[in-house]
Amino acid sequence: MKTFLNSAKVPLIAFVVLWVLGIFVNFSFNSYIQLILIYIMINMILAMSLNLVNGYTGQFSLGHAGFMASGAYTSAYLSTVIPMPAGAMQLPYFFALALAGGLVASVAGLLVGLPSLRLKGDYLAIVTLGFGEIIRVTLLNTDAVGGARGMYGIVGPTDWSLAGIPISRFMGGFTHALIWVLVCFFTIWRIIRSAHGRAFLSVREDEVAAESMGINTTRAKVLAFVLSSFFAGVAGAIFAHYANYLNPSSFTFMRSVDAVIMVVLGGMGSLSGSLLAAIFITVIPEALRPIQEMTGYDLRMVIYSLSLVLLMILRPQGLFGKYEITEALPWLQKFFKKSKATATTDGGAS
Amino acid sequence: MRRLLALLVVLPLFAACTKKNSNEILIGHFASMTGSEATFGQSTDQGLRLAIDELNAAGGIKGKKVHLITMDDQGKAEDAASVVTRLIDQEGVVAILGEVASSRSLAAAPIAQAKKIPMLTPSSTNPKVTEVGDFIFRACFIDPFQGTVMAKFARENLKLKKVAVFRDVKSDYSVGLADFFISKFKELGGTITDDVSYQAQDVDFKAQLTQIKSTNPEAIYIPGYYTEVGLIARQARELGIKAVLMGGDGWDSPKLSEIGATAVNGGYFSNHYSTESTDPAAVEFMKKFKEKYHTQPDGLSSVAYDAAGILLQAITRAADTPAGITPQNIRDELAKTKDFHGATGIISFDDHRNAVKSAVVVQVKGPVNKLITSVNP
Amino acid sequence: MADFLQHVINGISLGSIYALIALGYTMVYGILQFINFAHSDVYMVGAFIAYFVARAVGMTESPGIETLVILLGASMVGCALLGVAIERLAYRPLRKAPKINILITAIGMSLFLEYFGQVVFGADPKVFPSVLQDSVLFQMGTVPLKSLDIAVLGVTLVMMFALNFLIYHTKIGRAMRAVSTNMNVASLMGVNNDFIISFTFFVGSALAGAGSVLVGMKYPKIDPLMGMMIGLKAFVAAVLGGIGNIQGAVLGGLIMGLSEEMVVGYFSSTYRDALAFGILIVILIFRPAGLLGKYTVEKV
Repeated sequence: MKTFLNSAKVPLIAFVVLWVLGIFVNFSFNSYIQLILIYIMINMILAMSLNLVNGYTGQFSLGHAGFMASGAYTSAYLSTVIPMPAGAMQLPYFFALALAGGLVASVAGLLVGLPSLRLKGDYLAIVTLGFGEIIRVTLLNTDAVGGARGMYGIVGPTDWSLAGIPISRFMGGFTHALIWVLVCFFTIWRIIRSAHGRAFLSVREDEVAAESMGINTTRAKVLAFVLSSFFAGVAGAIFAHYANYLNPSSFTFMRSVDAVIMVVLGGMGSLSGSLLAAIFITVIPEALRPIQEMTGYDLRMVIYSLSLVLLMILRPQGLFGKYEITEALPWLQKFFKKSKATATTDGGAS
Repeated sequence: MRRLLALLVVLPLFAACTKKNSNEILIGHFASMTGSEATFGQSTDQGLRLAIDELNAAGGIKGKKVHLITMDDQGKAEDAASVVTRLIDQEGVVAILGEVASSRSLAAAPIAQAKKIPMLTPSSTNPKVTEVGDFIFRACFIDPFQGTVMAKFARENLKLKKVAVFRDVKSDYSVGLADFFISKFKELGGTITDDVSYQAQDVDFKAQLTQIKSTNPEAIYIPGYYTEVGLIARQARELGIKAVLMGGDGWDSPKLSEIGATAVNGGYFSNHYSTESTDPAAVEFMKKFKEKYHTQPDGLSSVAYDAAGILLQAITRAADTPAGITPQNIRDELAKTKDFHGATGIISFDDHRNAVKSAVVVQVKGPVNKLITSVNP
Repeated sequence: MADFLQHVINGISLGSIYALIALGYTMVYGILQFINFAHSDVYMVGAFIAYFVARAVGMTESPGIETLVILLGASMVGCALLGVAIERLAYRPLRKAPKINILITAIGMSLFLEYFGQVVFGADPKVFPSVLQDSVLFQMGTVPLKSLDIAVLGVTLVMMFALNFLIYHTKIGRAMRAVSTNMNVASLMGVNNDFIISFTFFVGSALAGAGSVLVGMKYPKIDPLMGMMIGLKAFVAAVLGGIGNIQGAVLGGLIMGLSEEMVVGYFSSTYRDALAFGILIVILIFRPAGLLGKYTVEKV
């Protein structure tokens, strides 16, 4: 019990601090900024989960969108079958739905991962891309979830009040997303620093050597894959209930590419890098909109793709490479000293 | 590394930057300006801008110029929702125009409704769009109307008994039209010999056409967009299919006969107006469009032009009310739209805020669409 | 029966196009072991080059063999140069980098060409000029055999033989094979790697250019996003036949075209794209080297 409380300390502090920040955003900014913030958090989960597979385990997966779609549609479908409770029970309701979405996505991950993970490099990329597309096309043809026209009117967090204090839909969505962001972050952070994580890293560094050291590489790869698809499904569920509308066209290859870009931009093997990259990738296209007003052409995607090429040529390791933000800004280390003491292999693993 | 971080922190702040000119009336337009449906969003934008520039040149509304802010949703529904949120919250528009695709209109409409900003879609045909709420309007036909028009035409004018249907399964519009056509055609005693589908962006239709050919239809109903219909027509003729081709207003574009060449001649489609129209509003519009953009307008530009016209008139009427130009007033004035004389016909809104206007059936003869008959609602 | 025959002809015709583009993928993969995602967009640019050349020279109204030759030439040269430029600017700096980086660069390049194409060429579809009159050559019962289909298949086969000759019977072909076997040792043997790699891109992209003119003749609608799906399917065709293998690419392309045609014709068209991936996955799981490829074991 004591160790549990001890280990829960940092996540709880993080939750409280960020939640207060959320309250500030709730009252100071308009719903557009709030929407962007929720999208940032969804992208953070996507980036972190993909980083587990691409960055830490070194397996190139291009099918993340398919898992996100599985989670999104599962959660949305269940919400049409199980009615939404009012008021304070909303949070556990959506949490449970996201959990269900994540579980279905992880089963999909298992089914995709088992046959594919013996392939390497480019082949794995193309096969995962293929599976992602197959999931999307299947959803496109499933009329029960709306098919090509999409699923409308999905329930989402609503405004309610707790003893006279208004709790907006943003606060509901934000709290839910925040919980999952932290769960995802700390789960991955800790798994990496565990024996499983060591196995992932060894698979990345040299798979043959890892096998000969007795590590079951297939098991390690599949575990990483399943965990990663679980969180992708969760991200999808959060997305479904905040956007209130789902269409298979939101889960194309481009979405998987976006996730890969976030991982590479942040640094493959850096969780804090993924967080920062998620912020960047979500905000920059929105920030660049005035260019269209000014020049009359929409150059956002042109700039985006060009920056991608330049990034790869000029700074292929991304923002943080294999390091975490604590190493770039030493003054941050003071805050994390306690957890650094328990995580001994930070420097060794990189 | 630290300089990079600093740059990263500063850049996103541009998202919050906007400059507002209080002497302008801001209208938002969300559309796919890039991506696979870019050509539709751009056509719509051209039609809107033609109407707005005309009005501004004539002095604007009570001296204030109208400024159209167009934002790209890349053809993605979630972007449509976030763009509309941005237009309302960040840019402060008083009304919204958009979108072409019903799926994106449906993603955005709840937001406009919740924030009480009137939204007018020029081309979304799914009946559900205006059902979202009383702030959502539509300036075009709805699927049930158009599909029925062609079914009646096929049965009563062309006396056809066996028709095959070839629909674009990715387009809400196409699926809607196809469904309503089928039910009306069967109701009138006809038979549907085959019901096959394709997807937008496909270029090869020979497989499905070969299958359709084997069922021997007298005509094929292809309620899709000109981008594919031209190729479908060509390939049908290449396979030796002699059936008559029919479609909906998605066919309306100068590109149809460019891509389809002679294969598309003789085909019939339901539309808002014909290129031979002698209606002065239509003639004026076609002339002005050609002057400004150096090409004939397509169906999307023309309905967009009228949608903008309707909205601008409503805003002008709202300006005369004591409260002035507010979203609520604009909405009320929009609802009162009656007998608006647009390029695509005389338009009024019914109680469900859908446009009530007549349709025409035209026949393709090269770049000219010959008027065959007109159908009143 | 006539239907089936028609489907077969359609399938082979479609398949030859996949084959032509697959040749480009397979060549680059054979040499550099990486998937050039931008290949299908180079193909798209080729179609537009042909379109603009035809307009500039004013030959939209006079189809004929000379038109075809001029357009083919313009497109092939244009694509070849573009391919070499992309290699030089985007891929060469990353030659020593991990695979994932080059792949992402390729994806970025592909997106760049597509979106830049939309800005420069305009997003609206354009009509490819009529180059050759499509006439019926034979009539097999009620099923016509059209000249364009034969032309496409013919060009593909000619290209296949020409490539084969190039790679197996010329000096430069030997150099290409050396580089694909082991780049470092090949340079020790006096092969200029950079030149050979550029040459590979030159030839592969020229093939894409040829493909684009043929596709433009068959399906005269072109737009900046036309490369996306066809590129992916051509890549699957290359893998199906055994990536790195010339005959494999052609075989793979034909099989892809036929199976797609059969599925769409007899079952449902909505699973058309998923079929391509389905085939890919099945092949990679059961026979990863492809139909004509050889499986190499990774030695430690």
